Amino acid sequence: MVILALVVIAAAFGENVAPHDPNGLNLAAAFRPPVWEPKGEWAYLLGTDNLGRDILSRIIAGARVSLVSALYAIVFAGAIGGLIGMISGYFGGVVDAIIMRLVDIQMSIPALALALVIAAVFGADFDTVVIVIIVTYWTWYARIVRGEILSLKERDYVALAKVAGCGTATIFFRHLLPNIMNTLLVLATLQVGQVIIFEASLSFLGLGIQAPDVSWGLMLSDARNYITNAWWAITMPGIAIMITCLSANMIGDWLRDTFDPKRRQL
Amino acid sequence: MRPSGTFPREWGKVVTGYFLRRVLQGLISIVGASIVIFFISRLSGDPIVLLLPTEAPPALIEQVRQEMGLNEPVWKQYLIFAGKALGGDFGKSYRWQAPALELVLDRLPATIGLALAALAFSILLAVPFGVLSAVYRGSLIDTLGKGFAMLGQAMPNFWVGLLLVLIFAIHLDVLPAYGTGSAAHVLMPAIALGWYPVAAQTRIVRSAMLDVLDSDYIRMGRAVGASERVLVWKYALRNAAIPLVTILGVYFAAMLGGAFVVETVFAWPGVGRTVVEAVFSRDFPVVQVGVLLTSILFVTSNLLVDLSYGFIDPRIRYDR
Repeated sequence: MVILALVVIAAAFGENVAPHDPNGLNLAAAFRPPVWEPKGEWAYLLGTDNLGRDILSRIIAGARVSLVSALYAIVFAGAIGGLIGMISGYFGGVVDAIIMRLVDIQMSIPALALALVIAAVFGADFDTVVIVIIVTYWTWYARIVRGEILSLKERDYVALAKVAGCGTATIFFRHLLPNIMNTLLVLATLQVGQVIIFEASLSFLGLGIQAPDVSWGLMLSDARNYITNAWWAITMPGIAIMITCLSANMIGDWLRDTFDPKRRQL
Repeated sequence: MRPSGTFPREWGKVVTGYFLRRVLQGLISIVGASIVIFFISRLSGDPIVLLLPTEAPPALIEQVRQEMGLNEPVWKQYLIFAGKALGGDFGKSYRWQAPALELVLDRLPATIGLALAALAFSILLAVPFGVLSAVYRGSLIDTLGKGFAMLGQAMPNFWVGLLLVLIFAIHLDVLPAYGTGSAAHVLMPAIALGWYPVAAQTRIVRSAMLDVLDSDYIRMGRAVGASERVLVWKYALRNAAIPLVTILGVYFAAMLGGAFVVETVFAWPGVGRTVVEAVFSRDFPVVQVGVLLTSILFVTSNLLVDLSYGFIDPRIRYDR
């Protein structure tokens, strides 16, 4: 929790807390090791990369990209997938069959493979990354929400609302949505870690965030070229990814156990 | 086992009905995937631009257009594409001037080999971990296993790969950093790829083991004084492994997806790296075949998982 809060703060106030300009070149200070190594300096807490850019500052700048893309993607994937799942579960029949086949089709293409195709066509940038994540993750919401709605719509209060003359939209947003909100929230939290790793993978392949923007995956991709010179350049961004995902997953698990003890396997 | 006298007649029908329905669904998924891949690729603009030099005369452009059927409506183009694809013709790679399908099929064994090695690695870790944490539930081992699992799920596979390179290839200099050719070459990519599913597999083995250890026949075994070690590792594990075995296809499919990144890290000559390279050179025929082939493998292994449930455990009913 504390770690995630730190990451959020880093993402929000990046420029103000970062000790250096994340893109500031300083060739004289290239390949400085972290401070605890013999040649380390306090000025560069986690060392510098091949161009003398401060790794800590770049990790802080990367936090923003990672979190913002994850946030956008999850909100949209949740909204779109949730709505489609509600429609599918509520109306059933042909609509349901068509939507579920679409979900099957979507799920039959490995996420990263689909991402490659999309990135190849639209070019790689921030928007593409967000779109790719939405396209990949909406199916989860659609399937799980559909399952919930299937049981919810049989409840008396839904029938009563119908009798009372409520429109479909009212039933959806006033009566059904509040009941699936917990599920949506838990699923979204559990996905933060996955999405961050997914974004890092895309950027690592060179199909995600592009320089001069900074992303953790991109840092790792750069650092790979001088892996023999600077172990810290390859270790630090990975640790940033790891602890962020770890804390997001732990919060997700905790939320799930609190809100929804039935769904341990989610 | 059911005595044959009570075996319901319609059982065979139910199984075939379900079987056919699932296979049909799988086919629909694959066709759907091909439509999606085809249309996204077409959105990229005119393939002519990539095929011919910019100074090509208009007459030549028109001729190539006719030959490739680019003047037809899009749905017709898809049908042409699908028709050819069924015959194994996905067009030539823009870059290598060789049939795209051959190019990708050449790389397929390397990817499947890597995925299998990764799967083997994950099982090798998950089974002992799962068994031990079930037998010593709530102990230090159980807690350690859980922590390890959480850590594993928070590490991107390519980073695990890079760390392995850093430690074993650069600092210790005991393993080759990239490439292929020997058993030592496959070790690091397999570990990087097999790392992620260890957590989930451990959980599956653990909970299955907890169920089995509580069953009558194990208690019976204890009562007659069989050694605990034999009971756990021989009798209990045999049944506890069923859920893991049935779901292996899902993990195999997941490995295929992960291979795209890991192959790039280790310069592994598989489908994943080929497709990634093709993306950069905008070599769409190769991208299409690579992704479609991965999807087909993906759907097939998931299908086999679904169908295998019934064979391994006939108590599972198909007509839900």
